[in-house]
Parts: sequence; structure tokens; C-alpha cells
Amino acid sequence: MHPMTPVPYRVRSRRPDRADTVTLALEPLSGPCPGFLPGQFTMIYARGVGEIPMSISGRGRTGTLVHTIRAVGAVSRALCRKRPGDLVGVRGPYGTAWDVPGAAGLDVVVVAGGLGLAPLRTVVRELIAHRSRFGRISVIAGTRTPMTLLYPRELARWRDAHDIDVQVTVDHPDPAWKGPVGLVTRLIDRIVFEPRRTASFVCGPEAMMRAVADDLLRRGVRPERVVLSLERNMKCGVGRCGHCQLGPLLLCLDGPVLGYDRAAGLLAVKEL
Amino acid sequence: MDARQTGRRPRLAVWKFASCDGCQLTLLDCEDELLSIAAEMEIAYFLEASSAPGPGPYDLSLVEGSITTPEDAERIRHVRRVSRRLVTIGACATAGGIQALRDFADVREFTSVVYARPEYIATLERSTPISANVPVDFELRGCPIDKRQLLEVITAFLADRRPVVPGHSVCVECKARGNVCVLVAHGTPCLGPVTQAGCGALCPAYNRGCYGCFGPAETTNSGALNAKLRALGMSDPDLVRVYRTFNATEEPFRRASEEAEGDA
Amino acid sequence: MGIKRDISHTVWSVRGNAVMDVVTRSLEPLIAALRAAGYTVVGPTVKDRAIRLTEISSAAELPDGTGDVQEPGNYRLTERDDGMVFGYAASPDSAKRFTQPPRQTLIRSRGQVIEEVEPEAPRIALLGLRACDLAAIAVQDRVFLGGRHPDPAYRRRREALFLIAVNCAVPGGTCFCVSMGTGPKATAGFDLALTELAAPHRFLIETGSERGARIVAAIPHQAATGDDVAAADEVSRTAAGRMGRTVDTEGVQEWLPAAHDHPRWDDVASRCLACTNCTMACPTCFCSTVEDVTDLSGDVAERSERWDSCFTLDFSEVGGSPVRGSQRGRYRQWLTHKFATWYDQFGTSGCVGCGRCITWCPTGIDVTEELSAIRYGTEGPSCIR
Repeated sequence: MHPMTPVPYRVRSRRPDRADTVTLALEPLSGPCPGFLPGQFTMIYARGVGEIPMSISGRGRTGTLVHTIRAVGAVSRALCRKRPGDLVGVRGPYGTAWDVPGAAGLDVVVVAGGLGLAPLRTVVRELIAHRSRFGRISVIAGTRTPMTLLYPRELARWRDAHDIDVQVTVDHPDPAWKGPVGLVTRLIDRIVFEPRRTASFVCGPEAMMRAVADDLLRRGVRPERVVLSLERNMKCGVGRCGHCQLGPLLLCLDGPVLGYDRAAGLLAVKEL
Repeated sequence: MDARQTGRRPRLAVWKFASCDGCQLTLLDCEDELLSIAAEMEIAYFLEASSAPGPGPYDLSLVEGSITTPEDAERIRHVRRVSRRLVTIGACATAGGIQALRDFADVREFTSVVYARPEYIATLERSTPISANVPVDFELRGCPIDKRQLLEVITAFLADRRPVVPGHSVCVECKARGNVCVLVAHGTPCLGPVTQAGCGALCPAYNRGCYGCFGPAETTNSGALNAKLRALGMSDPDLVRVYRTFNATEEPFRRASEEAEGDA
Repeated sequence: MGIKRDISHTVWSVRGNAVMDVVTRSLEPLIAALRAAGYTVVGPTVKDRAIRLTEISSAAELPDGTGDVQEPGNYRLTERDDGMVFGYAASPDSAKRFTQPPRQTLIRSRGQVIEEVEPEAPRIALLGLRACDLAAIAVQDRVFLGGRHPDPAYRRRREALFLIAVNCAVPGGTCFCVSMGTGPKATAGFDLALTELAAPHRFLIETGSERGARIVAAIPHQAATGDDVAAADEVSRTAAGRMGRTVDTEGVQEWLPAAHDHPRWDDVASRCLACTNCTMACPTCFCSTVEDVTDLSGDVAERSERWDSCFTLDFSEVGGSPVRGSQRGRYRQWLTHKFATWYDQFGTSGCVGCGRCITWCPTGIDVTEELSAIRYGTEGPSCIR
């Protein structure tokens, strides 16, 4: 099969998360769902509209591929309108993954900005599945407003049932908001971890990830243990279109998940 | 919500302002596809059929021509009000057109020379693109527009996606078409490197230089191109003339011509 | 990254094996034999005041008596009176158009069905490729076949191509294949390789594949003598000494990416049109974009892939704005990728030294000069002989 040919998938279920965000569970028309690792992405095709890279945000109960999609462009808008039974095209999963088993024995700090919580949800679910192997686990989530926070009930469950320190901060509070306001970096002060023995998984806007990573490094977390998920223009996902280059890397193959030991120098170069 | 999703055929309107009708004719030129358009859209108002402004509302308005009179400046606001999506078609509507050459001169002087009774002429001092008057959803370039691109804009509207109308230079299409570069191999002056694609590199395919019909590309470096054109023997007045055609007041072309004029 | 060698099974031996080089007087039987074997022969002809690769049916269509002058931003044909047929340097056309078409429709979808569009893979014999062109095909093989996601359509097109190299006798003013280690003599990757010899006018033919040997067997030829082989070696030796340009790529993987803040990038940006001509003319530049469209009714959806360039703004667009918004950033991306980071991605340089990007840049930007200025400064050793 040609690497650019999408496989037909059916929308198994659709859950509106927020005004502009929808979580779709997808399953292939025939055959089993492919396996994936936390942080990997697929190329999702809305027939006749276009195709975009989309992080996988979970495995559904019936083995489906779950994606949380925010309607920001024509393709994501078309995907958000899909109903159960509708068809989409899927290629992948592609790309590198967060090494969750590699964090065994360490404290874990998960930092999400906005929609970055969607791929990190797969990390947290894996941490929970093997909770006893890890030390202290903290999840910091930043979001624009209380109303744009993803998975609020799941966050509460993580906190209440799985011994995870969940901290949420918003840019713009509403009158009912009692929690912290401001950048996610400010919440790093509030969580407890032993920097020398900590793995961190970070996803969000590039500027936020760099600020978080620099902060964690200053506290003594090793750069290769601060692992980001980078975003560049991806047209193919399979290393043939050239769009997602970041210096020596093709982020669809060498990323999107990348240690800060490699990413820091590359992200520091303007327009790389 | 799309008209198509509600099961109603979207209503199309075509409007004319100061222009030559060439871009509207491109729509009529879609012979094979016109029936498909009519099947998908209700052609509710088409200037070639009637000059009365339709009451609307319209789902998609295609607007040809620039704004050159006080009446038109008022009429375009009406068009905007009755249109869900407004797409300008052609150099006049997107850039002011050839009639925007008046911007570089005194229009009263022109009218006094051209007309026996200039006091009967009510015209604005400048020819402005539609976007200078009302918000525009998409601008389709070209003098005239390209038929394939027009169909793509209509199709993309119907599918609610972004039209595939790239902003890169003519050179991309020229090389893809397999033309030899007329600038490099023939020494023929060509605006292709600073002009937006869309025509399919028509002129270079016939060993002519590009005339810049589609206006400035997304990135231009006319200083560097002017140096090359001068090396090929173009004089500064010649340079001023090549940039001052259908898209003369588009900022990069205006700057390019003024740079040459300054040196002249 | 593992590099698959799916193509190389067609290449069975070069010199030193049992296959003897042969000599032929005329290319007419060769063209006839290729056509008889079912190939469309595409070779050099004079068209649009350039040497173009176009379909030919006779050796009479070859550019006998035509040469070229190439310099930065300038290409002109010249007349030759030495009776040589291949007395010109790189054509504006490379093999890229045949390995990676400028636009290809990949899928078509009606209703709930997504179908791959059968790729066109015409049997074409490309006559007149230079060593740099063969090197470029090898680079593209790595891009499209060498990784984790090989492209079956590319493979079919590639296997349908019969490659006939002609060793370069008169490199152009913008050539630097010697610096890149790719020429001027074709050493691998061809079905047949010719060297045009004078006095008497004849062609030495080296065979690089079984199917090449079958074609040679079908045409009049005689075994090459030691003199023939020596004359051919001399052609390549002389050509190697006539490179229009040189470039020092020693350690380029280190010093070029490290020079991301070099002032030369601003200098070259002032001359760069961001017109994409260098990338379009380059025989290895493979970048593409995907276009998904529908027909008016929405019943039929298609996906195509077309040539794209790192000089466009859409190329690096993320969230509505380009990562590389400046000409400086885009030129730096192209040059750095071509000469340095290509190694990280594909284990080879992206440049084969054909000089097309120099000749076909409308403002005559010269990659060898830019690299030299970045490495040594503008006062450093000149790259232009």
C-alpha cells in the first residue's frame, strides 16, 4: 500500500468536550485497531477537506483509537462535525513516543498546556496502570479559561483515586474559579518531586514547553528526562514531504516526542 | 451552518463594479462545469442577466471590479450586508485594477482632458479594491482570473474547506509545467519570480515573460529582480511600466515601481 | 536508518567483470533497439533555446553541433563545429520529472471507498544522463525507498526507467561534481554508459545491467580496444579538470549548521527572490505538498501530491504563521539541509554538484560562493576558477 493512502475508519463514538472540542473514538472498517505508544500521532483525513496530524489521546474501551480534536481549521472543523457511523481516513500511528516504562522508580512530572493534555492523557493512563512502579506523580495543566479545561472529571479521578497531585491553572479566570491563575511554570513550585530522580513529560505551545523545560533543568532535572512533544507542519507523516524539518530532524520520524537534551539547542535557533 | 448541511442549495450572486466583465465571463466560460454549478447552487443573481441589485441574502457573492464612484462605495456595503461569504474575483476587485493607475496621477486632470463636460463625471480620486471598503472572505487574483481557480474556490466553498490557491511565485508552476526559464535562458524580462501563481505559467510556456497579472506573490524581492532586469537592459521607465499594470497599487508592486521611478 | 537496495538488483556488473566494453559508430541502432524493446526514448534535443530532455525517435534529433554556456543566472546555447553530439553540460531537465512527477494523483474516493490511483510508470529510456544525474537518482532512491515507508509508486516508475549515461566531456561553468565526488565519470547506477570519442567519431559503451547487455547485444558493435578505453578515460580526466566551480565540504555537517547566525545569511537574503527555482531545478529536492480536493458535487474526492519548496511560506506554516517567515531563514534552511542535515536524514549529501541551482537562479546566487563565504569569509579562497 502507498504510504499516503488512508485506511477507512468509522466514528464509533463522539463526545463533545467543550464548545469547540470533541473526542472521537475511531475503529477501522475491517481488521483490528493498530497498537500505539503514548505520544504517537496519526494523520486523520476528512474526506475532500484535507488531512492533519493528530495526537492519539487514548485507547477506547472497545480498543478504538481516541482523538481529542479542537476545531481550529477547516479539517479539524470537519472532523469535529463527524457523527457516529461517519467515515474518516487514518494513517499511522507514526512518530516517537514517551518512554513511560523508562520512568519506573522515578518521580513523574506531567505538564500540559491547552490541548497538550490530550496526548499526555495516554501517559497518565499508563502511569496509573502501573501506579506502584513510580514515585510521586504530579500533573500540571494550564488552560485559557476554566471552560476550556479538558477532561475535568478525569483529572478529578486521577487526583482522588490514583494518588496523583493534579494542579490546574488558567489564564483568564471566571468568577467561579478559585484555583491558580497564570503560567504553568508557577505551579512547579507547588509540587513535590526529587529533581535528580524525576522524569517529566511536557506538551503544549512551544514557548510554554521551553519555559517549563528550562525551569525543570534549573531545578536539577536531567535534560534527557525532560521530554517534549514538538509541533511542525506535517503533510505526510512518513518522512517524504520535508515540511516538518527541525534542523537535522524530520519530526514525523524523529519526533514529535523528543528529549530536551536534543530539542533545547534546536528550539533556540530562530526560524530553524 | 452551511446551506448544504441544511439541505438547501446555496445561493450564488455575481456582482460587477468598475471592470471589463472578463472575470465574470470566466464563470460563463466554465461550459462543462456550469451545469454542475447550477445543480449545486442556485444562481440567484448574475449581473449579466440583470442590473437590479437582488434582495438577498446570498450564501456566496463573487464580486468583480473596483470601487471608483460614490454610488459603488455605497452599493458594495449593500452587497456585503446581503452576503454570507464575499469573494472578490480578479485584479480590479482585489487590487484596484488597471484603473488604479489614476492613483499615480490627478483624476480631475484626466476627466478634463477626456470628457467634453467633465462636470457630469462623478468619480473618486482613487480606484480601490473591495477589501479597502468592506471585509472580504477570500481574494481570487488574476487579470483575468483562472477558470480552474474559480472552480476551486466555488468547490471549496461548497465543501467548507480552504481553497487550494497557493500564494507562491509563478516559478513553481513554470518549472512544474516544464518550461525553460525565459529570464535565464533567453534574457527575456519576466515578473514570474515576484508574481503569484495561478495562471499555470501561461506566458513563459509560450516563451514570453510574465506580465504580473496575478499580482505580487506572498514573498517578493523586487529590488533583487530589478537588478536582474536592469542587467538585461531594461531602463527605469520600462521598469516603472512593467509594475504599473493591473496590480499597480498592490504594495510590493507599488514599491517596486517607485524604487525604479526614484532612480529614473 | 537502513537503506534498502531494491533497485540495485538490476545493476549486475560494471567493469572488470566478464562484460567487455564495446564501441559503436552510430546511436541510431541503439535508439531503434530501445524502441523495439518497448521503451520510449527520451533524450537531449534543442528546444526553446535550451537542451531539453524530450521524446526522440532518431539520433538525428540529438543536439549535434550545439554546446552551452552556463554561469550564475545565465544559460545560452552555442554552436560547435567539432561534430560532437553530447558537447554540453547539465540540461535544465534532470531525471526528477520521471522519478517524481511534478504532480501525481494518489487516491480517489467515491462514497465510502478510498482507492489508490494506479501510478503511471511508463517504460522510458533516458538517454544522456550525466554522472551527477545518476547520483541524484541514487539520492532520491534513499528518500523514497530507503526508509520505513517505501513508496511503491516510485519503485514502479524507477524500475521502468532504462538509464543511459553519457560521460561528461565539457562541464559547464557552474559544475562542481568533482567536489561532491559524483562525477564526471558515471561509475554506477546505469544500464549503459557512453563516452563520446572523436577521430573517428564513435561511442564507447559500458554495460551496467543485464537488460543493458541485452540491448548492446542487439546493436552493431565491436569490442573496445585498449586505445578506445584509454581515450574514454582521457575524456573523463580532462572533464574533471574543467569544473567551473569547486566547493570545500570538509566538515560541512559541523560548520554549516553551527553558522546559523552568520551575517552572510542576511546578505544572500537580499539577493534571494524566494522564487523556488533552485529547488525546482535541483535533481534531488524532493519536498512535496498534499492537496485534497473534491469535485463540485462532493461525490468524488482526490488527493494529489505535488512539488513544493522550502522557499514558500505555507511550507513551514504552523497555526497560521510560518516558522520560517524571512528569506534569510528559508535560504538558510535550504542550503543547510542540502549540504549538511541531509546526511542526518538520509546518510548522504543532498547536493550532487550539477550546478543547476546556480545557473537557474534568476539572480545568480551561487551555492559554492555562499558556502565559501560562510566558511572562510568573503576574503577567503575563491570558489570560482
